Amino acid sequence: MADLASDAPFATPARESLKTADGKPLKAALARAQARSRRRALFLVLPLLVFILVTFVFPIGQMLFRSVHNDAFSRNMPNLVAWFEATEPGTEPDEAAYAALAADLKLLRENRTAGEVGTRVNYELSGSRSLFTSTARRANALEPPFREAILAENEGWADPRLWQVMRDASSAYTANFYLAAVDLMHTETGEIARVPPDRQIYVNLFLRTFALSALITVLTLILGYPIAHLLATLPLRYSNILMILVLLPFWTSLLVRTTAWIVLLQQQGVINSTLVATGLIADDQRLAMIYNQTGTIIAMTHILLPFMVLPLYSVMRPIPPSYVRAARSLGASSWKAFRSVYFPMTVPGIAAGGLLVFILAVGYYITPALVGGASGQLISNLIAYHMTDSLNWSLAAALASILLAAVLLLYWLYDRLIGIDNLKLG
Amino acid sequence: MALPVYATPLERLWYYAYRVICGLIFLFLIAPILVVIPLSFNAEPFFTFTEKMLSLDPEGYSLRWYDLLLTFGMQAPEAPRDWNWWRDVWNNATWVKVAKNSLIIGFFSTILATVLGTLAALGLARSEMPWRRAIMAILISPMIVPIIITATGLFFFYSWTGLAGTYTGIILAHATLGIPFVIITVTATLIGFDQSLNRAAASLGASPARTFFKVTMPLILPGVISGALFAFVTSFDEVVVVLFIAGFDQQTIPRQMWNGIREQISPAILSVATILVIVSIALLTAVELLRRRSERLRGISPG
Repeated sequence: MADLASDAPFATPARESLKTADGKPLKAALARAQARSRRRALFLVLPLLVFILVTFVFPIGQMLFRSVHNDAFSRNMPNLVAWFEATEPGTEPDEAAYAALAADLKLLRENRTAGEVGTRVNYELSGSRSLFTSTARRANALEPPFREAILAENEGWADPRLWQVMRDASSAYTANFYLAAVDLMHTETGEIARVPPDRQIYVNLFLRTFALSALITVLTLILGYPIAHLLATLPLRYSNILMILVLLPFWTSLLVRTTAWIVLLQQQGVINSTLVATGLIADDQRLAMIYNQTGTIIAMTHILLPFMVLPLYSVMRPIPPSYVRAARSLGASSWKAFRSVYFPMTVPGIAAGGLLVFILAVGYYITPALVGGASGQLISNLIAYHMTDSLNWSLAAALASILLAAVLLLYWLYDRLIGIDNLKLG
Repeated sequence: MALPVYATPLERLWYYAYRVICGLIFLFLIAPILVVIPLSFNAEPFFTFTEKMLSLDPEGYSLRWYDLLLTFGMQAPEAPRDWNWWRDVWNNATWVKVAKNSLIIGFFSTILATVLGTLAALGLARSEMPWRRAIMAILISPMIVPIIITATGLFFFYSWTGLAGTYTGIILAHATLGIPFVIITVTATLIGFDQSLNRAAASLGASPARTFFKVTMPLILPGVISGALFAFVTSFDEVVVVLFIAGFDQQTIPRQMWNGIREQISPAILSVATILVIVSIALLTAVELLRRRSERLRGISPG
């Protein structure tokens, strides 16, 4: 028996490494097999990853680049850019500067780009666009000495603030749009200061967006918690039917739901008419519930409520009812049993639903645009305004990147706390 | 959660009050959607129930707003309703045109999102997948990033690449937006999928492709189809990207509704809304049935 054991294959000395059937070291073969299956898994994901990177991540990155890069001035005003580069910041514009300006104005006239440059400067000093277009129109008549000639054309060129703005714009890369996005600006002396109070809109709008989103999150929690609890504690055959009432709004078009709220809430709408018909309010005192902040809050709470109920439900369903019963049998009141036993177990659901609703609310666009009026607009609406109406794309990009940074931070938090894999829909 | 026998009177009161509160919240959820349905049959151009409607007088109801959906944009809406009239509807009516666009864009973006999304979900479900968490975060991000940021990004990208105002551009964009939903639903189906089934098939000599189509696919199909329905609804409901990048020829139903709501809202919008509610009821039913089938297939719940 003893020599049989020494002949057995598994009794090889420990020094010699294990081999596969074809004589390769087992460790290397295993590593190769694992690398192959890793590659295979990656290969399945790769097409989509490339697709998302090309059609989603790259375009957004390209758009955000506009927030720090705007070459409308530097591309079209080469002479003045050269003068700015050669002189210290704060230098008084001399005859050479005005000569460069005159040469550039002639270029603007030739290339018909005065509007483009004027718009760029106008972003930071309103009213200066016409200065560029009107002077460029008569640029060919300019004769030395250029300083007198240009100032005779328009006194506005002597404004030191204008020269400060042009110096800023002479570099294609700028942080000024970020400054503008948080209500700051460069003064004549190059310091950073707050813009005049009547033009401070963006910080307030960011604050309003976050405040309204927080309010909507709290409202969805207050409304969502009881029904999620009811759904989780009813027998499955009833809760499945009631669940349809949550899922149907979820599946219904956003525009349909927004339309429905317009129908219900407007001055001649269903709710006001009912209140008037029942005599609760007079005909001339119909409530203004839409095209203002109230409309935004009501409609968004309704639209985002399923995003709160579904995560809460998926956390509450597995909680065994015996826990609360055990607490009751040990003498806890029903409030105490809820407060100390049931509620702590639902906190992950509250975190998941709350973060999800808040993330979605911060970036909401359609509903505020349709029912928000003036007071119910969110930051997304202002980004859209700068994209389509004021055409200040760099400012839109700066606002968008601040919003995106906030959303990605919350997204990262969501991934840390809850994990994206645990996101469930219906 | 039946009321226990030891409940105090106060608890009894709360028990019923709680159900009433829940009933009111459910009403808040569902009433706005249901209220548009009767109003879309209004004979008058109002958004309230007229007295005739409340007394269930047939004269208070009409199909005029549904008729307007057909005739709006036609060349000869007053012509006799023969074959030529219907051809006019099919070719020229605005709402028919936008419905065709919505279906075309929805169909192709759904196919693209489903194929790419399902493949990726299969890869992500493997335990040996490297950088799983980071890749998953990137693939889900189209759902999280505010739609206005996506739309402005695509606006510049598409003007640069010449995709603006083309069907291809919108289909690609809508596929991107639908992909997170496909990944979430298919990944959820793959949790609890028994990987040894694949190994069994391989050990019996099946090629990876044959294993996929004969073993894996039938089991995850319900999840794939609900993912596809989610992707379709995402595209069917999307308006912001269309606002920014679509040309005049690619207007969709939500885009046309957006016009209607912004300019002057008429009960015709309500009749579109009613049709869309019916569509979503059908889709919801389909997804529910698929979910139950999937659970039965995977033996999760008794059915």
